Formats: sequence, structure tokens, C-alpha cells
Amino acid sequence: MKNILDCTAVELGKMIKNKEVTVMEAVEVTLNRIKEKEADYHSFITVMDEAAMIRAREVQTLIDEGKLTGPLAGVPVAIKDNMCTKGTLTTCASKMLHNFVPVYSATAVEKLESAGAIIIGKTNMDEFAMGSTTETSYYGVTKNPWNTEHVPGGSSGGSAAAVAGKECIFALGSDTGGSIRQPASYCGVVGLKPTYGTVSRYGLIAYGSSLDQIGPICKDVTDCATILEVIAGKDSKDSTSVDVETDYTSALVDDVKGMRIGIPTDYFGEGLDKEVKEAVLSAAKVLQKKGAIVEEFNLSLVDYAIPTYYTIATAEASSNLERFDGVKYGYRTGEYKGLHNMYKKTRSEGFGEEVKRRIMLGSFVLSSGYYDAYYLKALRVKALIKKAFDEAFQKYDVILGPVAPNVAPKLGESLKDPMKMYLSDIYTTSVNLAGLPGMSVPCGFSKSGMPIGLQLIGDCYKEKNIIRAAYAYEKERGSI
Amino acid sequence: MVKQYETVIGLEVHVELATKTKIFCGCSTAFGGAPNTHTCPVCTGMPGTLPVLNKQVVEYAMAVGLATNCTITGDCKFDRKNYFYPDNPQNYQISQLYLPICHDGYVEIDTEGGRKAIRIHEIHMEEDAGKLIHDEGRDRSLIDYNRSGVPLIEIVSEPDMRSSEEVIAYLETLKMIIQYLGASDCKLQEGSMRADVNLSVREVGTKEFGTRTEMKNLNSFSAITHAIDAETQRQIALIESGEKVVQETRRWDEDKAVSYTMRSKEDAKDYRYFPDPDLVSVKIDKEWIEKIRKNQPEFRPEKMARYKQEFDIPDYDIEIITETKHMADIFEATVAICHQPKKVSNWLMVETLRLLKETNKDATDIIFSPDNLAKLIKLTDEKVINSSVAKEIFEVMFFENIDPEKYVEEKGLKMVSDEDALRKVIEEVIENNPQSVEDYRNGKEKAIGFLVGQTMKAMKGKADPGIVNKMLKELL
Amino acid sequence: MANIISDETIEYVGILAKLELSDDEKEQAKKDMAGMLDYFDKLNELDTTGITPMSHIFPIHNVFREDVVTNGDDMENIMKNAPESKNGTFVVPITVE
Repeated sequence: MKNILDCTAVELGKMIKNKEVTVMEAVEVTLNRIKEKEADYHSFITVMDEAAMIRAREVQTLIDEGKLTGPLAGVPVAIKDNMCTKGTLTTCASKMLHNFVPVYSATAVEKLESAGAIIIGKTNMDEFAMGSTTETSYYGVTKNPWNTEHVPGGSSGGSAAAVAGKECIFALGSDTGGSIRQPASYCGVVGLKPTYGTVSRYGLIAYGSSLDQIGPICKDVTDCATILEVIAGKDSKDSTSVDVETDYTSALVDDVKGMRIGIPTDYFGEGLDKEVKEAVLSAAKVLQKKGAIVEEFNLSLVDYAIPTYYTIATAEASSNLERFDGVKYGYRTGEYKGLHNMYKKTRSEGFGEEVKRRIMLGSFVLSSGYYDAYYLKALRVKALIKKAFDEAFQKYDVILGPVAPNVAPKLGESLKDPMKMYLSDIYTTSVNLAGLPGMSVPCGFSKSGMPIGLQLIGDCYKEKNIIRAAYAYEKERGSI
Repeated sequence: MVKQYETVIGLEVHVELATKTKIFCGCSTAFGGAPNTHTCPVCTGMPGTLPVLNKQVVEYAMAVGLATNCTITGDCKFDRKNYFYPDNPQNYQISQLYLPICHDGYVEIDTEGGRKAIRIHEIHMEEDAGKLIHDEGRDRSLIDYNRSGVPLIEIVSEPDMRSSEEVIAYLETLKMIIQYLGASDCKLQEGSMRADVNLSVREVGTKEFGTRTEMKNLNSFSAITHAIDAETQRQIALIESGEKVVQETRRWDEDKAVSYTMRSKEDAKDYRYFPDPDLVSVKIDKEWIEKIRKNQPEFRPEKMARYKQEFDIPDYDIEIITETKHMADIFEATVAICHQPKKVSNWLMVETLRLLKETNKDATDIIFSPDNLAKLIKLTDEKVINSSVAKEIFEVMFFENIDPEKYVEEKGLKMVSDEDALRKVIEEVIENNPQSVEDYRNGKEKAIGFLVGQTMKAMKGKADPGIVNKMLKELL
Repeated sequence: MANIISDETIEYVGILAKLELSDDEKEQAKKDMAGMLDYFDKLNELDTTGITPMSHIFPIHNVFREDVVTNGDDMENIMKNAPESKNGTFVVPITVE
């Protein structure tokens, strides 16, 4: 029998269904692994030992009674700590929410729970999802399980590290400018940011509302499609969620014959690490060998994605984070003189440096006299970027490129120069701006032994194209 | 020479819509719940929650827009207005700045100088804030979010008004229209209608506007009048003494009859409006507009004209009855049952108005049903009860909407028409009041009135005074 | 560096964002913000005349809720996370100046 911790979600789900293991065993083994490894990785902010064991027994009964038959029933999952979990601390990795226990759950979390997945904990992240390394968390730094001197990426670094470090079977992350794909790439796991509107944002603590999407972080493409099938769908609580066909697993077909794959030459220019470039291009060759039509093209506007992204994301964030004021929940400063002093002290003490930096910037670009020059300008460029993708998708089914210019950097390197950190989002942010689905699939290692990720981008609602390409590639690649 | 000044006034009128639920969540809008009992994670700004628009809000806003001759925006959006204040749980208000639902309308008002159109710049939808209560004796405030998220429309006029009379006429007109639509009860005292006054003065004949101020906290028509007069004088005094009017928001204190500036250095008045990414646009096509237009009620001018044709009642009655749709509805429904417009009108014009005045209520508070009023009229017509008993019953009906037929039965209020029984009582009265009998016989006609009264008293009012009078004369 | 952020601007943005920065933080914020704005100015290389600002990427519209009460009294839960409360209300420093 395969070791529980080495199982994918689908494999473990099957074993539970076949009564080869119980849900309690699965959860216990996972919780033990967390105990053993947390000192090294620190993937979690909250581990839900007791609640998970109680739920495991309930789910086991439901499975035995034939009431839970789905593929994720009994499978331990970790949730990024910016998704609300009823009755469980939800911090967004911020001091601001150090004591916040929501009285509601995110819709995506509810969907997993009714599918029988067992939530075993809440994962570490960059504070309010602002960062690319999981080093801006108030609760300490998460380390990359491949080499604990390196960052796991971010902002969903805890989720990616937990999957890579076998502290859970799969996890949920959220992606505003690359926050699922980049840590998945750094940690050698699969991560998918669905088309905007595919997964409900209800209960996801907003960073950039027009860009945020929840998605799976997992061990292989089959899990990815399976999990997405469970969490996707229109939600009456989220006006921006969309009614889509969710039969993603039907795309798990090892056949890419005739699939048109475009490689944007502007993703392979200056700044891209040579090892990353080679790994990604050889992945393209693999697909070509399997019958895909691979060609290079010029996507254009690539250099404008980051300034556009940071203008829009920080503007929205400055407004989204106004509600954290020490009045209704979360942190309130100890001493204050009057209302405005209470606001200022609470927020200055409750938010970390990076969050404050982005709130300041976002408030500025929306302020009187600058709105047109910055915010509206960015929304116009966003329209151009979307158009460039629209044109590309008339020619191609899938766009293939790197996820990040480099492999995971060492701890402490990135925060020294925030601008450099922002620049590493160059291949991921445009996908959020255009609302597209994007997936990161492991495609090799650097000489230093750090994983490299391949990014597959599809047109809106065409997740199935990238799932199919990724599945075919994975079959050829074999396990890593 | 003394300079002549002209007051220029524009209004921002907030109206609370009569929906059952809030604008972005399924919480009740009912008044009077204990603090925070009509709240949920959405309207208390909990992290991760999202707004979903109440369709009825859009339809009410469209109806008001159509009734005020506005153009309906085909593709309207919501924007966030960002400012920190604890009555607003998100610290931004969801409102409409860039693409409001209605724009460029007008209403007509009657002024001393004849009919005048007041132009409406726009009508937009937004959410109301919670309530701040001062914690007595402590340096702190308490927040109740029951009103947070109650739907509002804001009707922004052009600066077309020149006096407090015009302002009141404009507000009365809006109130009438909106009440007729059933979109709101428009009560200034209760805050379901609120007017902020933008006012500036300029020398008569000047083309440019002066610097304006915005006056808030005006809770009655008289407060509005007082505030306009005081602010006009304040601005003129500033100009006369060579000072400048500062563009600012001021708060009116009706008790002290003065206003105060609401400026604060922590208040930048830079709202950083931007489209709310949590909501999608509202597309309104011709079909939808036509559907709303078809359902518009008959408004007051048409109603008055029709009443003049259909009902033989005085113009003054028509004016009063049609002042609110509620009273007009009661009138029409009652007439439909009893076919006696004059009598129905009388009940409304005399007893109803008296009781409304005595209890400090207005016509929208009337609770008795047309059914019961018609029954009461029938009871008097058929002389089952006399008019003074009818008045007593009406008073009970006014407060409790009782069924007058049942009430008469239960309380035994039917007139005694049995002449034998009546004769017995009258004979007793004659026996007990020799002086009055004497007087009458000596030609003092008035004395019979006293004897009728005594008989009615003995009958506990349950007799027909006409018959009593007739029988007394016979017996004397 | 093309953009220069003044002390007044940092002060002003601090009021808007309700953030109180120490002197060191202010200097850092001035530098960071100016640097980012220089970078944002790169967008001016693109001619966007006639382009409609795009806030949503897809054309969904008219997402509504019917006017039906779905929530009951949930006061206790709503108050659970309040830093300070009294009789079912949230407590804040006095708001009337």
C-alpha cells in the first residue's frame, strides 16, 4: 500500500473509499507529519488537531453510510489563512486579525467541507496576500521544503510548502498577481488560478477584488481538475461569480494532437534565468513531440503588466483594507486620544510594512488630482492587455511560458529591494489583469536543486485546454 | 445704496426606500429592533463578505426617476466613496458617482410667480449608515448597524431655488411623488427623507454663483426654513464686512437656531471614488423601463382632475384627500363599496383630520380599512346608530381598526326604536323635570332641547334624537 | 527620479489612509512612493486615447437579489469579535467634536 503522505488527493480518496485506510488514519498521519515538520517549514498559522479529528469521524460515518461518495471525501486539506473558516482563527497573517474568529465560512471552504475534505489547518502567507515570498507574515517566515534556506514563494507560500512538505494532501491558495502559481512553481507542485469569477470570492478576505481568485495547490494535474470541479460554480453571495461548466476532469486526456500552443518571445527576454528558460522550452518540446503545434509569437505589452497591476491592486487594496479600524473586530491599539488617533494607531501598529506601503500608494493613486493620471490610465492599459490576449487566443489554445524569472530565492534576499520583488511578478500579473486561467506545472530543477515551473495560460473559461496540455505533459514527464 | 442679494439654493435629498430588505444583504429594514439585531456579516463590514444588489431598489429608483422626468442610465454602476467614520462599517460607502441611475430631470412647483421647473441633476442609489449613540456620561459612542445598508436614493437638484418657500414647495412635490409611488413614506422627522441644503448668495443681477455652503441636520420643514434664512443672513453679513464665505459643510442646531462648521483637520474630503469591483453594472433596457412606466400610479394632478369629474365633493376636499395616495386610496375604496363620496369625504375631512392632528400623525398613518368605514356609514344610514355614537365608534376604529358592526353588537349600541320603551323613558324625564316642562309649555321652545338631552342621556345615547324630539312634543 | 513626494503629500496620504508614520518611515515612504510612481509613469508611453477604462473583464451585468428577508437576529455572533462592546453595540471613542 502506498504511504498516505505520498498519495495524491484522488489516490487517497480512492483508498478511503475502498476501506484500505480510514479517514481518521489519514488525518492522524497528516497531523503527525505537521508536528514533525513544522519547526522546519512553518507552513501553518493554525493547526486544527482536535476539530480535524472530530470531523474525520463524522466524515468516516458519512462515507460508511454511503452519503459521501465524492473523490475528496476524507482527504486532509490546508486552507490559506485569508479564507474565512467559521469558528477558526483567520488572520490573513496580520497582527490586525490576530484574534479574528469568523462566524461564517468562505464559499470555497464550505464546498470542500460538504465534499468531505477534512480541514487540518490554516496556512501561512504574506500579510494580506501582499508579497511574493511569505516573509511579510506577522507569524514568521515559511521555508521551502526543497531547501529550507529558500523562500517558498508567495503569497500562498504556506499552502505550497504544506503540499510540497507533505503536511497536507492538497491546499487552497489565492492568486491576485501570481500568488498561487509562483509559490507552486517554487515548491515544485501544481497550482491553478481559475478564470476570474469561476470560484466564489465570498469569504476570501479581499486584496485586489477585481483580480483575486481562489484556486487549488496540489500534487498533480488530476487533483487540480478534481478539486476545481468541487470548488467552482456560481454563488449567489458573490455578484462577480459566473455560471460555468465544471466538468474539468473530462479534460484529463493524454492527447494534445493539433493543439495550438503559442510561446510569447517577450516572455523569454532579458531577466529570465537561463536554467528556467531551458526547462520551460524543453517542456514545450515535449508537447510538440506529442503532436501539439508549437510556435513563437509576440504577445506585446509585457513590460506594462506590472505597473498596471500594482496601480489597480494597491488602489483596490487601500479601499478593501479600510474596514480594519479597531471597531468591529481584530486588533485595537491600547491607548489613544479620540477616534482618529485610535484609527491611526490601530492601523499603524496592526499592519506590517509592506501592507502600509501598498495602502499608502493605493490611497495616493486614487486621491484627488491623480485618479485619472494613474488609476484610469491603468484601467485603460488593462483593456489593451486584455485585447492583446484576445488576439493571441484567436491563434492559440494555450500560451506557454515561465511562471517566474528565477527559482526560489534565499530567505531575506527579496525584501531588501521591494521593486525587484515586484518585478519578479512579470509573467503572472497580466493573467490576473486579463482574468485568464493560468496553471503552474513542475518542469524541472535548477542545478541548485530548486524546482522550476511551467506556466500554461488559457483563454477565459478554457481551463480545460490548459488542464489537457498539463496532463499530457505530466504523463510524459513522469513523477518528480 | 443698499445692495440687494439673491439666495441660490440647490438640494440634496436622501430618501429611504420602502424595501423589505437592505440594499446589499437580506437583513430586514424594519424600524425599532434592539441594536444590531438586523445585521449580518455583510452590513457590518466583516472581512471577505460581498454585496449583492436588491432588485427592488433599482426599480424604485427607476420609478422615481421616471416620475421626475429623468433619463434612465442604460448602464449604471456603483462606486465606493472612501472615508473613515464608525457609522460606516467598511469605511467606504457604496454609492454612485460616475454613472448614476437617473439624470437630467425636473419637477414643477407652484410659486408666487407661477409654475416653475426645478431641474434634477441626478438620482443615485446608495447605502445608509448605522446609528451613533452617545454613551451618556462617558467619552464614547455606541454603534448600532441596524440602519447600515438600508437603501437610499439621493436626489440632487440644480441650484434652481431662490427662497425657502420654493425649497419647501419642491420638497412637498418630491414627497408627494415618492409617496404616491410607494417608494418611501418620506418622513423628515423619522429621517426617511433628509435634505441637505446647498446655499450661496449673490448680488441681484450677478451671473456667477457665490461660494456655497452645505447645511446638514435639517429634520423638519421649519428647520429648513430657519436654516435657509439664517445662512442667507450669515453669508450676506460676511460679504458686507468684506470677508469671504468658506466652502464647507455646516451643521444646523434647530434648538439654538445657529449652524456650526463641521470641518476637522482629520477630514480631507477626498473621497477617492472608484468603481466598486465587487458589483457588476446594471443594464436597463427599454423593455424594463416600459414595464416600470406601465406600473406607475395615477399621480395627484390626474387624480384631482378625475375626482372633479367623478365625485360631487368640494375642491378643497379633493385637495386634502389627494395629498397622500394612502388617503386617496382609502377614499376610493370606501366609495367603491358604499357609493357615497360626500359622506366618505366628510369622515376623512372632519373626524380623520381632527384625530390625526390630535395624535400628531399624518395621513400615511391611517390604519382603518375602507371596509370598516363603509360599514360605519351604512350603520348610520340605516339608523342603526346615531351620529354621536358613530363618532365614538369612529374614534375606536381610528386607533384599532375595529369592525363597527361587531362592535355595535358587542357593546349593545343599537338605537332603541321600540316606541313603547322610549315612551317609558320620556315619561320619566317629563316627570323628573317639571321646571323644564313648565318652561316649554310657557313658550320657551329651547327647553325642549334640554329634555331631549336628558332623554338621550337616560338612553345612553342609543336613541334617534329626531324621534325623541317628535315624541316629546306629542307627549307634552 | 522624476516624481518627488513632499512631506505634505505623505502627511496628506497618511490622513486619507489613517496611517501614522514615524519620521524614518516617512522618509522611506517618500522614496518608495516616488520610485513606484516613476515606474507607473511608464504607462504614459502607451497611447490610450479612446480606450474605455476596463474595470471588469467580462460582460456580466444585472446580478440581483430578490427583496426577501433571509437573515434573522444574529446580534450575538456579530458582536463576538468586537474589541469593545456594550449592550449589543460597538464602542468607539466619542464621535461628536
